[in-house]
Amino acid sequence: MNAQANIPTSTDDYILQLEGVSKFFGTVISLKDVTLRLRRGEVHCLLGDNGAGKSTLIKTLAGVHRPSEGRYLIDGEEVNFKSPREALDAGIATVFQDLALVPLMSVARNFFAGREPTRKMFGMIPVIDMQLAASTAVDKLAEMGIHVRSPHQPVGTMSGGERQCLAIARAIHFGAKVLILDEPTAALGVKQSCNVLKLVHKARERGISVIFITHNVHHAYPIGDSFTLLNRGQSMGTFAKSDISKEEVLDMMAGGTEIQSLVDELEGRQAA
Amino acid sequence: MSTTTSDMSMSVAKTIPSNASLKPPSANQAAPGDERVRRISPWRALLNRPELGSIAATILVFVFFGVFAGNSGMFNLDGIMNWSQVAAYLGIIAVGACLLMIAGEFDLSLGSMIGFAGMVLAVPSMYFGWPMWLSMLFAFVVCMALGWLNGYLVMRTKLPSFIVTLAFMFILRGLTIVLSTQFAGSTIISGVGDKIAQDPVTHALFQGNTFQWLFTWLAHVGVINQLPGGEPVVAGLPKVLLWWAAVACSAGFVLSKTRFGNWIFTVGGDANAAKNVGVPVRRVKISLFVLTAFCACLFAVLQVSDVGSAASDRGLQKEFEAIIAAVIGGALLTGGYGSVLGACFGALIFGIVQIGISYTNVNSDWYRVVLGAMLLLAVLFNHYIRSRATTGK
Repeated sequence: MNAQANIPTSTDDYILQLEGVSKFFGTVISLKDVTLRLRRGEVHCLLGDNGAGKSTLIKTLAGVHRPSEGRYLIDGEEVNFKSPREALDAGIATVFQDLALVPLMSVARNFFAGREPTRKMFGMIPVIDMQLAASTAVDKLAEMGIHVRSPHQPVGTMSGGERQCLAIARAIHFGAKVLILDEPTAALGVKQSCNVLKLVHKARERGISVIFITHNVHHAYPIGDSFTLLNRGQSMGTFAKSDISKEEVLDMMAGGTEIQSLVDELEGRQAA
Repeated sequence: MSTTTSDMSMSVAKTIPSNASLKPPSANQAAPGDERVRRISPWRALLNRPELGSIAATILVFVFFGVFAGNSGMFNLDGIMNWSQVAAYLGIIAVGACLLMIAGEFDLSLGSMIGFAGMVLAVPSMYFGWPMWLSMLFAFVVCMALGWLNGYLVMRTKLPSFIVTLAFMFILRGLTIVLSTQFAGSTIISGVGDKIAQDPVTHALFQGNTFQWLFTWLAHVGVINQLPGGEPVVAGLPKVLLWWAAVACSAGFVLSKTRFGNWIFTVGGDANAAKNVGVPVRRVKISLFVLTAFCACLFAVLQVSDVGSAASDRGLQKEFEAIIAAVIGGALLTGGYGSVLGACFGALIFGIVQIGISYTNVNSDWYRVVLGAMLLLAVLFNHYIRSRATTGK
């Protein structure tokens, strides 16, 4: 599970691949022949407007859905996850938009929810090692540059940015090789978004591969190494950062041209 | 009272701007002591505990009855045994209901389960000639299987537990009446208590009192009063109190100290989040339905042992009393928050009010009015606590 230990010599080695994946829900085609290849240690941005199929793609990666067609490979080997738990065990950690945090529970309890550290009380009864949980949570968050006030404060008292960072730090702590972030900056202000982007960079420095899902090019472009664009369930291709400019990315997204025409229309009206 | 304390702590925190909590976490801030940490007085930390409301209410109720019934014998040893037994019975099911509520579900069939368990205990032993211990084991197995079925249906159908257990509330109550009239020809099966007394296992576990020697000795040295014959006024500690203590302690321990306890909170706080972090949501919830059924059966076995008969109207409305006790104890109806200790205090309040009213000059018909009002107050208080916990004000 140690991410640094298995950085390969060949940089062309993909850690995660979707090859020609389609997903149908009854008559609805949510994904059609999508190919996504994630290199080790890169931040791969997945861009698309609402309805582009981002959510379905994430859920497929996270093990919530199984692809109707196509193959899902980890380290070059085909996998078939039956539950999010299995994906998690394979080192694919997904931070969903709802963050999977319980507001009424403390930071420490949230950090270890489902994977609580235990110790033996009187040498026989397994109980949660609350001290270890609290100190580990504080340490791990501090490593990512987040200083929580107290490990026992309810998560409900934290800001949106802090919660996002907590969810990411938790995923990293539990040995994520691949981190999938679902719109991590969507509900955040400018400064908090910056903190999340910094955290993504820190994760990359640690050798973790990141899939960063967003519809905000201004957040994706500075941090991303490569970009895959989705539109109406289909992939419009993957581009390395050196091959594409921010404006081109913006244009390729459905919103790009539409916003341009809106701008033209508004300016035209002003001129008239 | 709470406004003055919050004013005090605000003045402590005056140097910090009120929007301090909105500041984002900063990576280059190598602060060993975070300047955004506000000092919270122990009193305010206590205010954030879920059981606070019920403890305050318990004190209030004690003061009330101390003033109005202080010299009526309510707080003599026999009086205490009287209301503490009522509290213990309710406490046993309140603990089960509380854990289930924290996990975000209800069991409205709890009261009917009590009546049904009594019948399942009585019928095989009285009419099939089963030994009592076997009937008792059978009752526990049947009840826990029904609890499992409740939970399974709720998880499988994804219907609200309210509806599924409402159906079982009627099914089980109906079955109780059917069993009773089929076998006994009436709504009551009597003589079960004598059977239990003859069976060493069930008698030792559930019937009567324990620590008689201690009470006899205490009476002998004059600590407690003696009856004219020389026996102590209270023969011993009712076993139901020990069962309550055992159930409450183990439930409290599991909830606050073990992994399973953390799962209960997670599942109730956000079932989807729990699933995403790998908590076995279905298993946790179903096992708590089984626990609630176990508590109902324990209630029934103790009651049948004590009263001596099984009747088809036993446990009527107990499901609501258990929920009320849990809510007074700080459990949120939406799940994810609550405490076993609080539920026990909630049950204690019930016992004191129900029995205490007859010690005062107040007409005992007011009992339900008082409890209803208390429930309303408790919900309002809990709502206030939760909004504080989630916003950190």
